[in-house]
Amino acid sequence: MPAGVVTGAPLVAIRGLRVAFDGQPALRGIDLDVAPGEAVGLVGESGCGKSVTWLAALGLLPARAAIAGQVRLGETELLGAPATTLEKVRGGRVAMIFQDPASSLNPVHRIGRQITEALALHRGITGGAARSEARRLLDQVGIPDAGRRLDAYPHELSGGQNQRVMIAIALAGRPELLVADEPTTALDVTIQAQILALLQQLRRETGMALVLISHDLGVVAETCERVCVMYAGRIVEEAPTARLFAAPAHPYTRGLLGALPPMDGPRRRLSAIPGGVPEPWAMPPGCAFAPRCPHRIGPCDGAVPSDAMLATGHRAACIRATVAPLLAEAAE
Amino acid sequence: MLRFLLGRIGRAALTIAMVVTFAFVVLRLSGDPAQIIMGADAPPEAVDAFRTAWGLDQPVWVQYFHYFGAILSGDLGRSMRDGRDALVLVTERIPATLALTLPALLIKIGLGIPAGIYAALHRNSLADRIVMVVAVAGFTVPSFVLGLLLVLVFAVQLGWLPSGGQEGWRHAILPVITLGLGGAAVLARFTRSAMLEVLGQPYIRTASAKGVPWRAVVTRHALPNAAIPTVTIIGFMVGSLIAGAVVVESVFSWPGVGRLLVVAVANRDLAVVQCILLLVATTMVCANLVVDLLYGLLDPRLRSAPRRAGA
Ligand SMILES: Nc1ncnc2c1ncn2[C@@H]1O[C@H](COP(=O)(O)OP(=O)(O)O)[C@@H](O)[C@H]1O
Ligand code: SF4
Ligand SMILES: [Mg+2]
Repeated sequence: MPAGVVTGAPLVAIRGLRVAFDGQPALRGIDLDVAPGEAVGLVGESGCGKSVTWLAALGLLPARAAIAGQVRLGETELLGAPATTLEKVRGGRVAMIFQDPASSLNPVHRIGRQITEALALHRGITGGAARSEARRLLDQVGIPDAGRRLDAYPHELSGGQNQRVMIAIALAGRPELLVADEPTTALDVTIQAQILALLQQLRRETGMALVLISHDLGVVAETCERVCVMYAGRIVEEAPTARLFAAPAHPYTRGLLGALPPMDGPRRRLSAIPGGVPEPWAMPPGCAFAPRCPHRIGPCDGAVPSDAMLATGHRAACIRATVAPLLAEAAE
Repeated sequence: MLRFLLGRIGRAALTIAMVVTFAFVVLRLSGDPAQIIMGADAPPEAVDAFRTAWGLDQPVWVQYFHYFGAILSGDLGRSMRDGRDALVLVTERIPATLALTLPALLIKIGLGIPAGIYAALHRNSLADRIVMVVAVAGFTVPSFVLGLLLVLVFAVQLGWLPSGGQEGWRHAILPVITLGLGGAAVLARFTRSAMLEVLGQPYIRTASAKGVPWRAVVTRHALPNAAIPTVTIIGFMVGSLIAGAVVVESVFSWPGVGRLLVVAVANRDLAVVQCILLLVATTMVCANLVVDLLYGLLDPRLRSAPRRAGA
């Protein structure tokens, strides 16, 4: 169960989401809520299933992916929903932007056309009205000279501008939730900060919820109220951002925090935890993090640890999370 | 754009010149045309007289410059067999060849492209596997084998169609099918892999994530992009409209350019061979030029030099 302090109905409720590719599990039971208007971070090393979680939720995985569980958007169950339902949701109620903005836009279509396509689909606006709305959207995401940019092709813009265009397309359907999958990973550090600031500003302006996916805990910390840490296809810790930084309970989270560079230093990848993510076909029988865990004890290998509730909105899937010395050590 | 065009035309001319030179060298090195045309037991005086008449007694480089100069002035020489103008001899045969290659091109495009698209959209399905098996077969079986196979079945066994000759459209059916199937196989494979490549691109996922229905994702976001590499191979097929039927014309004794080429090579009829090669090179190079220009139309990245702006 998610530990989020969601009052009222969540916007999105994911329960027991499992995904396997060719029999190899990629997600092994994800529970996650997103409340209307909130910003949730999803962090973890590359390959832990962050993208797959949201691609599965929106029905964007290839047919050979075996998916089980529930993904509810308000009253609508998305898993197994008919194509027409999903097409309304995608880009309408839930928009998604991706890591590599340059290749995420179609190289043979003009920017304007790629925005108006979404306007026609979700708001029924076409022709001149669509063009002026597209122009307004480009203005809103901070692209200078928006009117002329409508006729540009993606290769004529920089990576940062292309990501702004992606955001404009996402906004076209007036989504209740924007899932931003590593939106700044492919960009320069200064541009990264601008895009993150833009996302925060747009969330304030529109009231949409935001799921920010990143392998960088630092990126998420600045933007999100709540963080979910993923490891090997599961959420291993979830907490309000401040608490996660103050009292991380899962050894993996603490490894991630230890890997964070000083606030003013350059960002680097999460690589300070020795060892690597287990391959899906060689999953440890108990805790997936056990082979890399400095606090591992015998029972860790016995069974997959269940969530321990540590405080309101704070859960961790570690059998030692509640052990006092560990917590004290964490709180230092 | 003008610079681009001039550059391309210059390169095209250079290619043609190289083909002409190459043909000249190979043909002169591969045997004495005078001896072959006059026959092995012709009296030496007659052979010498033939040599002098056709300039074959000159040093090779003199012959080459004469030949090249003549081409530039539009004179492609005369057939050593019957003394007729080589260009006339060759162009006479073009309609017969086009009567095979044009319908075959329609089959290639009309069959190969839809099959390739279908296979890509239903990857690993039974239909995909069948298309691929047929395509690989059509790709690897040489056209003379396929031609003979078709003759065996439809002409000899079933007696439905004539096995060769050129009296009317029924004679064209088997050669057209032979040509068309092989090309359709090539095009199907090419289209399939171009489509699969495009369907795996992030912008396809973006289109789906925008809520674009799958059909429209395919028609608006995948097909135009997959057309870019496919145009190359179609251009190649258009370029081989004249020369692409050498084997099939021989198998079906069809009196086209291809058969003329085979006969002329066997006879060392230099002017005719060179005229055909020039024609073939020219059509190839022109088709290539058109492909290059189409590329510019289909792919905006090639149209404009990148003028990047800050974020
Ligand atoms: N289309 C796919 N086919 C096969 N395996 C996939 C596919 N997409 C993702 N995976 C696998 O699922 C796991 C999770 O991937 P992903 O969600 O992309 O990780 P990340 O956390 O870096 O976003 C990885 O092991 C990856 O190899
Ligand atoms: S369950 Fe054991 S191995 Fe896993 S993170 Fe906790 S202490 Fe480490
Ligand atoms: Mg990812």
